[in-house]
Amino acid sequence: MSKAPVEYLLHLADNAVVLGQRDAEWCGHGPILEEDLALANVSLDLIGQARLLYQLAAARMGNGATEDALAYFRDDKDFLNYTLVELPNHGALVGYAAADRDYATTIVRNFLYSALMVLVWDALQKSPDSDLAAIAAKSLKEARYHLHHAADWLVKFGDGTEESHARAQAALDHLFRYTEEFWTPSAVEDAAIASGAAVDVRTLRAAWDAIVADTLAEATLKRPEVRGYIPEGKHGRHSEHLSYLLGEMQGLARAHPGATW
Amino acid sequence: MYTQAMDIPDESGKKLAVVAGQSEQEAAFEARIDADGRIEPQDWMPDAYRKTLVRQISQHAHSEVVGMLPEGNWISRAPSLKRKAILIAKVQDEGGHGLYLYSAAETLGTSRDEMIDGLLSGRAKYSSIFNYPTLNWADVGVIGWLVDGAAIMNQIPLCRCSYGPYSRAMIRVCKEESFHQRQGYEALLVMMKGTEAQREMVQDAVNRYWWKCLAMFGPPDADSAHSAQGMRWGIKRISNDDLRQKFIDATVPQAKVLGVTLPDPDLKWNEARGHYDYGQIDWQEFWNTVEGNGPCNKERLATRVKAHKDGQWVRDAAMAHARKQQERAQKEAA
Ligand SMILES: [Fe+2]
Ligand SMILES: [Fe+2]
Repeated sequence: MSKAPVEYLLHLADNAVVLGQRDAEWCGHGPILEEDLALANVSLDLIGQARLLYQLAAARMGNGATEDALAYFRDDKDFLNYTLVELPNHGALVGYAAADRDYATTIVRNFLYSALMVLVWDALQKSPDSDLAAIAAKSLKEARYHLHHAADWLVKFGDGTEESHARAQAALDHLFRYTEEFWTPSAVEDAAIASGAAVDVRTLRAAWDAIVADTLAEATLKRPEVRGYIPEGKHGRHSEHLSYLLGEMQGLARAHPGATW
Repeated sequence: MYTQAMDIPDESGKKLAVVAGQSEQEAAFEARIDADGRIEPQDWMPDAYRKTLVRQISQHAHSEVVGMLPEGNWISRAPSLKRKAILIAKVQDEGGHGLYLYSAAETLGTSRDEMIDGLLSGRAKYSSIFNYPTLNWADVGVIGWLVDGAAIMNQIPLCRCSYGPYSRAMIRVCKEESFHQRQGYEALLVMMKGTEAQREMVQDAVNRYWWKCLAMFGPPDADSAHSAQGMRWGIKRISNDDLRQKFIDATVPQAKVLGVTLPDPDLKWNEARGHYDYGQIDWQEFWNTVEGNGPCNKERLATRVKAHKDGQWVRDAAMAHARKQQERAQKEAA
């Protein structure tokens, strides 16, 4: 029975927990109360996915590993998430700059990521690693809802006002290059593909392009051209933003090592 | 969670005129109230009743929404993934309570936009308990245990309130508040069994929140402006002091099990009364906070104002898109 390598589970879990952390930043600050609740739902789903994946990884690692040790006591260079999910909920700025949250950035990011994850989870639900397949089947339903929610708003923005159209296009222009990272397997992914339990993301590219093209057409938004640098978050080489995110997320837990909450 | 605030008049509640002379409709209304029946949105009701309810329900809704902020302060820093998920779900529930309550108030003919405008302009009140800061992680558990606990005491009687939509909303809300209270208490139990530093966090949070929670029940009955009419209309069923006493009597044994000290040297069982005696609440501090001069009033309100302002373009986009879709559909039909 082939099993996915632990690092591959961590890659999937890190994506989920980091984006869950970003989406939860809207709780109490949404543009309309219904959206506070919707983003909280997305965040809860992602944190739930991360928990299942970390639990599975911890069980396979043994040696007293736990979900919280994996989420709270690994450093940024050990996190294997896509750079896309760690970026702040606003446009391009250096790590120690601050700006208002921008709902277009959040929606575009959730759209680009969940368009990938509906394909990833769909493939993984057929994985011979039955533990991973079970998590994928559950996560697929959630990712479909996340994609629906984000695509729906993206269309509203693109086909809404001049301002919303411009904001959505700016968010796409900012974030699109980060999706390039999806398509070149990391060493961790290569090992996982070799195990037979994972999905080769290269095979999902055409389907992802089609989802993106459909929604952007409906939203009358343009797919940006990207070239040059390809982000490397899933290799453990991140943007300036992840260490701030983890500093905040992990600080209290690390101040009390060994405590139970 | 919620509010002391039914007794706190705001701008809209200042001039509640009761028209003299009883019409037939009014007699039917009074008879329904006397029979402990429910008033429904389509029924005739006196203006003062309608206004009082809109004020009370919208204050309650605002409290739920502003109440998302103090606990939301700890979402990003929750010390375990399980506690993070519980906290997000809890804050989300409070937002959901805000939604049902705005809907219940809308059945009285006031729009959500008007109510939110009342909050953002500072005319409408919300529960003052949310004007205190959340300074350590245990505040989250203590708010669940004591603040949601006090809210339940306040709201259980409202499940039998005379206005149907409000009473039904309260039944649903109370179920969730009880769940929050148990979760908060359970989180504290775990911390009290943990390290010395964790126990200190819990005691510190209890010290800061205990008296504020007692004040949540509102001013003493002797000074309470609206209680008598509210009782008559069945929108206030138990007096502030009686609710406060009930809360204290229920909470003292829970504090013992938890192993925390409630910060009141005068708190002791009174055999003759069959209740706990307790010390003096600092009403000066309470009124300062109600009037806008507490530690976090400015921050809470400014945060709501900013979220609303920053979200304007999003709401505009949704409206514009809906309008365009409708126009396209009409064109196709033509
Ligand atoms: Fe609530
Ligand atoms: Fe609650």
